[in-house]
Amino acid sequence: MATSVVDHAPASHHEPHTGIWSWITTVDHKRIGILYGVTAFIFFLLGGIEALIMRIQLMKPDNTFVSPELFNSLFTMHGTTMIFLGVMPLSAMFFNYFIPLQIGARDVAFPRLNAFSYWVFLLGGLFINFSFLINAAPNAGWFGYANLTSNQYSPGLNTDFWVLGLQILGVASMAAAINFFVTIVNMRAPGMKMLRMPMFVWMSFITQILLLLAFPVITIALVFLMMDRHFATHFFLPEGGGDPILWQHLFWIFGHPEVYILILPSFGIVSEILPVFSRKPLFGYTAMVFSGAFIAFLGFGVWSHHMFSTGMGPFADAFFSLSTMLIAVPTGVKIFNWIGTMWGGSLQLKTPMLFAIGMVAQFIVGGLSGVMHSVPPADLQQTDTYFIVAHFHYVLFGGAIFGLTAGAYYWFPKMFGRMLDDKMGKLHFWMMFLGFNITFFPMHFLGLNGMPRRVYTYPGDLNFEFWNQVQTWGSLLLGVSFLVFIYNMWKASRRPADAPADPWRGATLEWLIPSPPQEFNFADVPPVHSATPAWDLRRAGGGTLPEPQRVSGAGIHMPRPSYWPAVTAVGVLVTIGSILFTHAFSQWYFITLTGAAILIYGIYRWAYEPAF
Amino acid sequence: MSDAAAHAIEHPTTTGIDSRKVAIWTLIGSECLLFASLISTYLVYKGKSLVGPLPHTESQCMLHGKMQACEPIFSIPLVTFGTAVLLFSSFFVVLALYGAQKGNRKMLITWLSATVVCGLFFIGMQVYEFSHFYHEGLGYTTNLFASTFYTLTGFHGSHVTVGVIWLATLLVMAIRGKLPAGKSLNLEIAALYWHFVDVVWIVIFPVVYLMR
Amino acid sequence: MEKSSGLVRRLARQAPALCLLLLIAACAKDYPQTTLQPRGDFARMVDDLFRTTVVWATIVFVLVEGVLLWAIFKFRGRADDPEPRQVHGNTTLEVVWTVIPAFILVAIAVPTVKTIFKTSDYATGPGVVQIEVIGHQWWWEFRYPELGVVTGNEMHIPVGKTVNLRMTTADVLHSFWVPQFAGKRDVFPGRYNPLWFKAEVTGIFSGQCAEFCGVQHARMGFKLISETQEEFDAWVARERIGSPLVNAGTVPADTTTPADSAGRAAKLAADSLEQAGRALFSGAGCIGCHAMVGTPLASATSLKGPNLSHVGSRQTLVAGLMPNTEENLRKWLANPDSVKQGTLMVLPKKLTDAEIATLVAYLRSHR
Repeated sequence: MATSVVDHAPASHHEPHTGIWSWITTVDHKRIGILYGVTAFIFFLLGGIEALIMRIQLMKPDNTFVSPELFNSLFTMHGTTMIFLGVMPLSAMFFNYFIPLQIGARDVAFPRLNAFSYWVFLLGGLFINFSFLINAAPNAGWFGYANLTSNQYSPGLNTDFWVLGLQILGVASMAAAINFFVTIVNMRAPGMKMLRMPMFVWMSFITQILLLLAFPVITIALVFLMMDRHFATHFFLPEGGGDPILWQHLFWIFGHPEVYILILPSFGIVSEILPVFSRKPLFGYTAMVFSGAFIAFLGFGVWSHHMFSTGMGPFADAFFSLSTMLIAVPTGVKIFNWIGTMWGGSLQLKTPMLFAIGMVAQFIVGGLSGVMHSVPPADLQQTDTYFIVAHFHYVLFGGAIFGLTAGAYYWFPKMFGRMLDDKMGKLHFWMMFLGFNITFFPMHFLGLNGMPRRVYTYPGDLNFEFWNQVQTWGSLLLGVSFLVFIYNMWKASRRPADAPADPWRGATLEWLIPSPPQEFNFADVPPVHSATPAWDLRRAGGGTLPEPQRVSGAGIHMPRPSYWPAVTAVGVLVTIGSILFTHAFSQWYFITLTGAAILIYGIYRWAYEPAF
Repeated sequence: MSDAAAHAIEHPTTTGIDSRKVAIWTLIGSECLLFASLISTYLVYKGKSLVGPLPHTESQCMLHGKMQACEPIFSIPLVTFGTAVLLFSSFFVVLALYGAQKGNRKMLITWLSATVVCGLFFIGMQVYEFSHFYHEGLGYTTNLFASTFYTLTGFHGSHVTVGVIWLATLLVMAIRGKLPAGKSLNLEIAALYWHFVDVVWIVIFPVVYLMR
Repeated sequence: MEKSSGLVRRLARQAPALCLLLLIAACAKDYPQTTLQPRGDFARMVDDLFRTTVVWATIVFVLVEGVLLWAIFKFRGRADDPEPRQVHGNTTLEVVWTVIPAFILVAIAVPTVKTIFKTSDYATGPGVVQIEVIGHQWWWEFRYPELGVVTGNEMHIPVGKTVNLRMTTADVLHSFWVPQFAGKRDVFPGRYNPLWFKAEVTGIFSGQCAEFCGVQHARMGFKLISETQEEFDAWVARERIGSPLVNAGTVPADTTTPADSAGRAAKLAADSLEQAGRALFSGAGCIGCHAMVGTPLASATSLKGPNLSHVGSRQTLVAGLMPNTEENLRKWLANPDSVKQGTLMVLPKKLTDAEIATLVAYLRSHR
C-alpha cells in the first residue's frame, strides 16, 4: 500500500499536536503507542512498588510490616498488574508504534479501533486499581482458584474488582489483537512477503493469534465466576455439583498461552537488536519463524502442567509432561540461533545490546528450570514454592522485561528523536542485572528448601531469613535501577530532538524515516526485497544512507481524529463495572442499561462518522 | 462506515482482500474458542446435575414448592423447526448478497427482509423456549444443566440478536437506497458473521438437543 | 564508557568468587523443611529424578552460557570495524542443535514417566496405616479410621511402615506437603486425593499447606512425627480415650482413690480443675467447635476446630504457629485474632483472666 502520495480532493485531516484534547481524540498509532507506553510504565512502577513492599515484609520472620490481608492483595495485584497492565501493554506500545513502521504502513488497519483499545485498557486498569482506594483490592491470587473466589470464602468486592477488571481488559486485548492481526496480514509494503517480515513483526503476529485464541477462554471462565458470585449459579461450587477443577482447566488453557503472549514480543525485540548490534543478519531466519510458531502451537497443549499436584492420574501427567518437554526444543533453537547471530559478528556493546544479551542469558536459566518442573514428580516438590517464583521471574523479568527494556533503549531515539545516554544506560543495565539475579536466583534455594509461595510470613525456625534478606536488598537495587532509567529519560527530554534517523545502522524500514517519524510515517515506501531492507539500501549507497528530510505531506490522507472510541470505551467500563452493584442495590441494572446505551450510541456515532 | 472502507478504496491491501473482511474472519476464529469453552463446559457437566428438571430424562424436581417427578424438558420438534428457519436464513442472506452485488435492489430488499424475519423468528422461539422452561421449574440456577444450557444458548442467542440488529440496519440502508452494488461488501461482512452464528447453532443443536 | 566498563570488568572478575560464597552459605544452614534431604521413599524417588535433571541442566547451562560469554568477548567490535561476513544460517548446525536437546529430553523423559507411574498409586496391603487428611481454613485434621483416632496439626506415623493418605477438604483447596517425605498433593471439596510414603527414620518433621487458601495460608503448618512402632501404639492408645470415633467420646470415670493423703489432695484438685474446666469449656462455647474428652460432643463429622482431647501432649499450638507452652496458650485464648489475624476461631464472649487461667490449666492437663 501507499507507495506513492496520492492527492485527493478534500483537505487532509492532519492532527493538531498539542493539548489534552488532541491526545483524547488521536487515532495516530504512534501517539497511541506513546499513551500505551506511559500508562503501562506507570502501572509497571506501581506493580514494582507492590513487590518491594512484599520484599520488605518478607525480610525477617514473623514480620508485621503489612497485615496478612494487605499482603494477599499485594501479591494478587502485583501479578495481575505486571501481566495485564505492565508487560502486555508495554508490548502493545511496541506493537502500536513499530508494527506499522516496520511493515511500511501509514497506520494500523483500524485506527479508531486502536484508540478504543487504549481507552478500554486505561479505564480497566484504573478500575481494578481503584479497589485499593476503597480497601477492597483483589486478594485471591492472580490465578483466582475456585472455590476460594466464591461469595462464601471471598465476601466483599475484592474478587469482583478482579473479575470485572480482567473482563474489561480482555475487551481491550481482543480489539487490539484483531487490529494488529489484520494490519500485519493486509498492510505490508510492496515486496514484503511473510518471510521477509522483521522478526519483531513475526513474533507480534504469533502473539496476536495467541491472544485471539486464548482470551475467549478466560472470558468464559470469568463469566462463569461472575455468575457464581452474582447470580447464584454453581459453575465452580461443589455444593451445587460444580467442580473447582474446571476453573483451573479453563484458566490455564488461557494462562499458558498467556505466558507466550508475554514473552514472544520480547523474543521479537531481541531478534531485531542482536543482528543490528552484531552487524550480521539473524541466524536461521526461517527456523526462528517456525520455532516461534511451534512454541505457540504447543502452548495450547501443555496447560495441565500447572496442575500436576491436583492428582490428574499418571496418563495425563505423562502426556502433559512430554508435551511440555517438547517446547524446550524450539526454545533451544531460538537461543542457539541468537548465539549463532552473534558468532562471527562485530558486536557493538551499546545499551540495547547489553539488555538483549542479558535477556538471552537469563532466559536460559528460566528455560532450564522450566524443564526441571516439566518432570511431574519433581514438580510435586517444586510447585507452589519459591522455586516456581524464581522460574517465572527468570522468564518474565529476566526474559520479557529485559527484552522490553532493550526495545526501549533501541527505539527511544526513533520515538522521541533523542538519544538516551549510553553510560547511564549501561549503569542501568548492570544495576538491573545484578539486582535481578540477587533477588531471584536465591529463590531457587528457598523453594527447594521448602518455602511455599504466597505466604505473608514464615517462622524463624525454618531458616529462610538469610536468603530473604539477600533478596530484599537485591530487589531494592532493582528498584533503584529503574530510577536511573527514569532519570535518563528525563535528561533526554531536556535535550534538543537531534537524534539521527538511524543511530544504530538498523536493518528495518523504521530507520529510513526521520526521528520521530512524521504523522504519515512514509511519504514514499521503498520497495522491499529482503528481511533487511534498510541494509539493502545502505549497501546500494556504498555503506551510508542519506539522512531523510522532513516533507510537507500535503495531500496525504490521514484518518480524522475522533472521540467516539473514548466514549465507547466508557460504555464498556460502565456496562461491565455495573455488575459490582448487584449486591448493593436492586436497581443495579439501570447502571448496566446506561452503560449499554453509551456503548451503543458510541458505536453508532463511530460507525457513521467518516473515517477520513 | 468504517475506517478501512476508505483505506480499501484508496489503497490496495497486501492480500487484495478488504481489511474489514479479514477482521471478521479473525473475529470468527476467535469466537470459535468462545463457543468451544461454553460447549465443553456443557459437556463436562452433562449428567452432573443434582436435581431436575433434566433435558432428556425424567427426574425429581422442585416445582410449586415441593419435590415431584417431572418430564424431560426438551421439545425437540420446536427446536428442529427453529434450526431449519435459521438455516434457511443463511440461504436467504446469500440471495440478498447476490442481489446487492448485482445492484438488484428488489432482490436485495426481499431476501434481506426474509433473513431478518427468520432471525427474529429464531429469537422468538428461544424466548418462548426459555419462558416455557422457566415455568416447568428450570430457572437459571436450578441445576448445572440449567446454568450451562442457558449460558451457552444465551450467548448464542445474543449473537443472533446482534446479527439481526446488524442486518436490519443494512436493510434500512438498502430501503433508503444507501447500499449500492459498490458497497455490497458491508452486507458480505454481516453475512459472514451471520453464517458463523448459524454454523455454531449447527454444532449446538446436535450436541445439546440430540445427544443423550 | 571506558571507565564504566572497567568497573564492570572488575565486578565480573569478582562474580565467581561471590557466587561461590553465596552457594556455600546456601548449603551451610540447616533447613527443617527442605526437599533436598529426603527421609521417605516417595521423596527419595523424586529427589533422584530431580538430581538427574539438575545434572543435565547444569551441563547445558555451563555449555550454553559459556559459548555466549565466549562469543561476547571474542567478537567485540568497534563502530568503524569492517562489516563482518554476512552469514544467514547453517542447516547442518541447526539440525544438530535441534536434535541434541531432543536426545537430552528423552534421557530425562524415560525415568520421568517411570517415576510418574510408580508414585501415582494408592498404597494397599496389610500393614499399611490408613490416614484421612482433611484441610480446614487454616489447620489440618488427621483421622485414623482403623485406629479410632482424630487429631489436628500433628500426624504420628510408625517408622518403616507405609502410610496411605486419603485427602480432602472441609472448605477451600489446600495442598498437603511434608517435603522430606513426599511431594505435595492438592485437596478438593467432595473428592479424595491419594498420597503415600514410608518414613525411613524417626523424628519430628515440618509440613505446611502449599495451595493459597485465604488470609492465613502462611500459618497452616503441621508436624509429622515419625516414631517407633511401640511409641506409635502408645500414642494411639492414649488418643483413643475420648476420641469421637470411639465410644462416642465418653470416658470411663476414674473411680480410683489414691491411698495417701497427698495423692488424695492432688486428685481432689485435679477433679475440681476437671469440673471447672469442663463447665467453662461448655459454658464459654468452646464446645461448639471442638471435641474434648469428657464433654458432650458435637458430631464427629461437623467439627469446625481441632479435637482438643489431648492438646496438652502436642508439640505446637495453632497449626504449627508456636510452641505449646502455657504462656502461648494464654495469649491465644486471650485474643486469637491478635495472634493469627483472620482466624476463624472466635470466642463467643471475652474471657476473664481467671477463666483463661482455668482453661489453660484444664487443657494442658489433658495429655
